[in-house]
Amino acid sequence: MLKELIARLRQGYRTTPYPLAPPVLPDRFRGKPELNPAACRPDCRVCALACPTGAIRVDGDQPILDMGRCLFCADCACHCPSGALRFTGEHRLAVWARGDLIVQQPQPEPAGPPEDGRLQLYRRALKLRQVSAGGCNACEADVNVLTTIAFDLGRFGIQIVASPRHADGLLITGPVTENMKLALEKTYLAVPPPRLVIAVGACAISGGPYADHPEVHNGAVGILPVDLFIPGCPPHPLTILDGLLRLKTPKEYGQP
Amino acid sequence: MSPAGGLVSRNGDAVALANVPRFPLDAFRAQTVSAVTEGVRVAALFALPATAGVAQLVAILADGRTGSLSTAVTDIAESYPALTSDCPQVHWFEREIAEQWGIRPEGHPWLKPIRFHRAYRAGRDAWGRGPDAPILPSVMDFFRVEGEEIHEVAVGPVHAGIIEPGHFRFQCHGERVLHLEVSLGYQHRGVERALVGGPTPRTIPYMETLAGDTTIGHATAHCQAVEALAGCSIPARAATLRGVALELERLANHTGDLGALSGDVGYLPTASFCGRLRGDFLNMTALICGSRFGRGLVRPGGVVFDLEPDRVAELLERLDRTLTDVAGAVGLLWESPSVLARFEETGPVPREVAETVGLVGVAARASGLDRDVRLDFPAGIFRWAQIPVSTWQSGDVFARAWVRWLEIQRSAEFVRGQLRALPDGPVRIPVGPLAPNRMTVSLVEGWRGEICHVALTDAGGRLAHYKIVDPSFHNWMGLAMALRNQEISDFPLCNKSFNLSYCGHDL
Repeated sequence: MLKELIARLRQGYRTTPYPLAPPVLPDRFRGKPELNPAACRPDCRVCALACPTGAIRVDGDQPILDMGRCLFCADCACHCPSGALRFTGEHRLAVWARGDLIVQQPQPEPAGPPEDGRLQLYRRALKLRQVSAGGCNACEADVNVLTTIAFDLGRFGIQIVASPRHADGLLITGPVTENMKLALEKTYLAVPPPRLVIAVGACAISGGPYADHPEVHNGAVGILPVDLFIPGCPPHPLTILDGLLRLKTPKEYGQP
Repeated sequence: MSPAGGLVSRNGDAVALANVPRFPLDAFRAQTVSAVTEGVRVAALFALPATAGVAQLVAILADGRTGSLSTAVTDIAESYPALTSDCPQVHWFEREIAEQWGIRPEGHPWLKPIRFHRAYRAGRDAWGRGPDAPILPSVMDFFRVEGEEIHEVAVGPVHAGIIEPGHFRFQCHGERVLHLEVSLGYQHRGVERALVGGPTPRTIPYMETLAGDTTIGHATAHCQAVEALAGCSIPARAATLRGVALELERLANHTGDLGALSGDVGYLPTASFCGRLRGDFLNMTALICGSRFGRGLVRPGGVVFDLEPDRVAELLERLDRTLTDVAGAVGLLWESPSVLARFEETGPVPREVAETVGLVGVAARASGLDRDVRLDFPAGIFRWAQIPVSTWQSGDVFARAWVRWLEIQRSAEFVRGQLRALPDGPVRIPVGPLAPNRMTVSLVEGWRGEICHVALTDAGGRLAHYKIVDPSFHNWMGLAMALRNQEISDFPLCNKSFNLSYCGHDL
């Protein structure tokens, strides 16, 4: 027992103060993309051609980027001859509506949370069942890490539970393979209504790199009513945590 | 000539397809079986798409004693005598061939689908299913033990944790597991088929998400293959940075696995500490390239990000600090009798079984097999810098945990050494087009074990066929063997001690 106590003392307190203090992210972290269409050259399609998932289209001379498809690989920014596209350090990417993942200029006002009273139910305790439906284990791992002492998801009253019967909603990763579709639908139905659905990662939102494969369903969007979209490949744990905290009011997690 | 009679190459060599010898089926079969009897391993066995009703069966034999890879081909039609009866380690490969191409390996003792998809050749099905018959995962006959007191337990595909889907079917007598059958395919995304005709801008994202926790391993195996086919040799600095990233990936996952093993026996201090420490290693990878999983780092021709002296110093400082904490956290395991009592003699895989099944990676080394691509088939930085192979004899959960700890120490030492002596020069060079009608075998020792990519080009220098063998493909059977005569309540512990990939298997 003494050894454990000494080890505990040496390891120290390791939980991030986030969201009360700003996050410390590496300088090369690729967060929210930023467009500067004024810099675009006429008839240039370089970014759209470089994108592995068709996340960028050029409308007139205006690039439009869909974060729901984006892998944040930055191949577009690397190829852009005029610096019209860059990835910022902004980690807060979650939105309530699929359309709000489109980055364009001017940027329309994003949709707010659902007003059907569901969120009031989750304010004190929110239990989620995670389903991987073709996920590569990166989104899964960065959801899992939220339950470690580094992030301590429990302090926000959020818990990942083993049974859908105990859950308020599903947190889905992966492009929803044909072979997982039935299991996903059954798990959804096993959650007592009203239910919440959260799609985490490019795959769950759009199919990601697997979009339009006959073996997948381009994410959960066409199959279940998704409430919250958390983009990334995979999203940083803080991006996921920020998304989950949208389900709470700031006061509830200690924000003044 | 190699013992197998095939065309001999080294890891990362490209050979002309025309030079790969084609044998009559009998000779192909005989020399493959005899090579395996002499201790050579089958790294890959796959079929090439049929033209005019004739397909080609390709065997890649890996001889760890000489570092040679031998490739041989034979023609097969709608069926052929299975190799599995004489060479059990190819049992899963032959099931894959049957499923993908509708070619029946006759006499295979357990010929069933492994991923549950339609054959790639229209109108063909090894099980005679019609084109409209539904194919549902795990809907098949499972191996059954009959008897009055025998009961069956079915688990998955959705499990009680944040984990990928798979189905496990246990035949039990009371608590005792007589047999476990693993049924996968839920994660099948059709990667191999989508790679044909490439490379395209999606090729690299496919590689980075084949098994997302092995981003560096698979991306490196792929880039090595592309560079071989393009006749390009990457700069020493790039090879070194790839090696550093590969070992950081190993450090993160091994640390996480030791924490998870600790959690599975109810010993929470190490579980808690390692959960955080795994992230510290991932954050070192993020310091290099911005992504915790190494997305965007490895590309054909080298790596995308260089390290400035300040960043190297920061990495070294973090590595020392984290390794001290890992040593403290993991050290508790070996000093806790309650942990050791649960680890020792649980889920044993004897050496002979590991050899027969063809295990790779940590699981093989924990059963006393001296197998490690980094030493046996060195490529990249490992041609100049060697990491001693860590083995243990007991083959149980303890051995798989202990080998991980040994590897953590050796990988950290390697990373430290490489960062202190980074060669000068560029980190990336341009890669030309792929040479036509060539083939390459690319091996990388990922944190789970041997990753094997085999790439073939067509007359236009496009990818004509791409075979991926994740270490999990070899090792799932090892988990089934480890469960024999164990208590079913030890399944989570045994499963975690292998920690195999579902998507890496399902592709």
